[in-house]
Amino acid sequence: MDDILKAVEKEYLKEREEFSPGDIVRVHERVSEGSKERIQIFEGIVLKRSGAGTREMVTVRKVSSGIGVEKTYPVHSPKIEAIELVRSHRTRQAKPYFLRRLRRIR
Amino acid sequence: MALGILARKIGMTQLFVDDRAVGATVMETQPCTVVQVKTLETDGYNALQLGYQEVAERKVTHPLQGHYKKAGVPSHRHLFEVRVDDPSAYKVGDKIGVEIFSEGAKIDVTGISRGLGFQGVVKRWNFAGGPKSHGSHFHRRPGSVGNCVEPGRVVKGKKLPGHTGNHRVTIKKVRVLRVDPERNLLVFKGSTPGPRGSVLQLRKSDG
Repeated sequence: MDDILKAVEKEYLKEREEFSPGDIVRVHERVSEGSKERIQIFEGIVLKRSGAGTREMVTVRKVSSGIGVEKTYPVHSPKIEAIELVRSHRTRQAKPYFLRRLRRIR
Repeated sequence: MALGILARKIGMTQLFVDDRAVGATVMETQPCTVVQVKTLETDGYNALQLGYQEVAERKVTHPLQGHYKKAGVPSHRHLFEVRVDDPSAYKVGDKIGVEIFSEGAKIDVTGISRGLGFQGVVKRWNFAGGPKSHGSHFHRRPGSVGNCVEPGRVVKGKKLPGHTGNHRVTIKKVRVLRVDPERNLLVFKGSTPGPRGSVLQLRKSDG
């Protein structure tokens, strides 16, 4: 039964660059303001990927004017134009949450 | 009118429709066979009797074996009826599959809900229950069930604890998201009664 579910979900999956927690990525999100649409870019470090198939989410963290900001996106949402890999890092943790408590980063 | 088929619930997932994530149920089916055509003249109403899921003859009871033999179709695990306006358009042995539904159309989904056993009034009827603490001893009780001497009995239909679930539930006007006649799949928005693997009726909605 799960195979059938996966087959149905597969048609909704987007082709995404490979990236894993610890990598720095640039998320291109389509945002509509009124009638206009533009692409908003959010660049940060991947904290985690959770879920599978169409439900997979990715949490990206960056420090914006001294304040840590985290955004969580559905990886396969049609509103996400691209997730661009900027730099790959080796991490020892599967979920590098320690970054939240680091005094200085980037 | 309400042409329909039987299908098996595969499970739920989340799909993107018009840039939005929606919860969706995936159903798998096999084309249903027309076993009997009921007409106004012979039966008093117009309907089709459909069989779902072919099985070996020995798997069905003797009376049913006779019924299938008379129709000249293989034995099926499930039999059910759908009302139709024009029974002359169908004949015994015809196959009806998911192609009768179109994407974006509304359907009614009928199934048996999960049996929950004997449940209290909070789960069964969504009573609020009492405070959990602050000296309260009234936690999940039903409270008063009626008056005193007049009427001197509990009114019929009073919501009380009892067996919950395992009854027939119909969800009306569910939007079909995808139809795949090749793989015999149908996907619709929202949830359904019953666990995965249960057999549900899918019918075209009226109007």
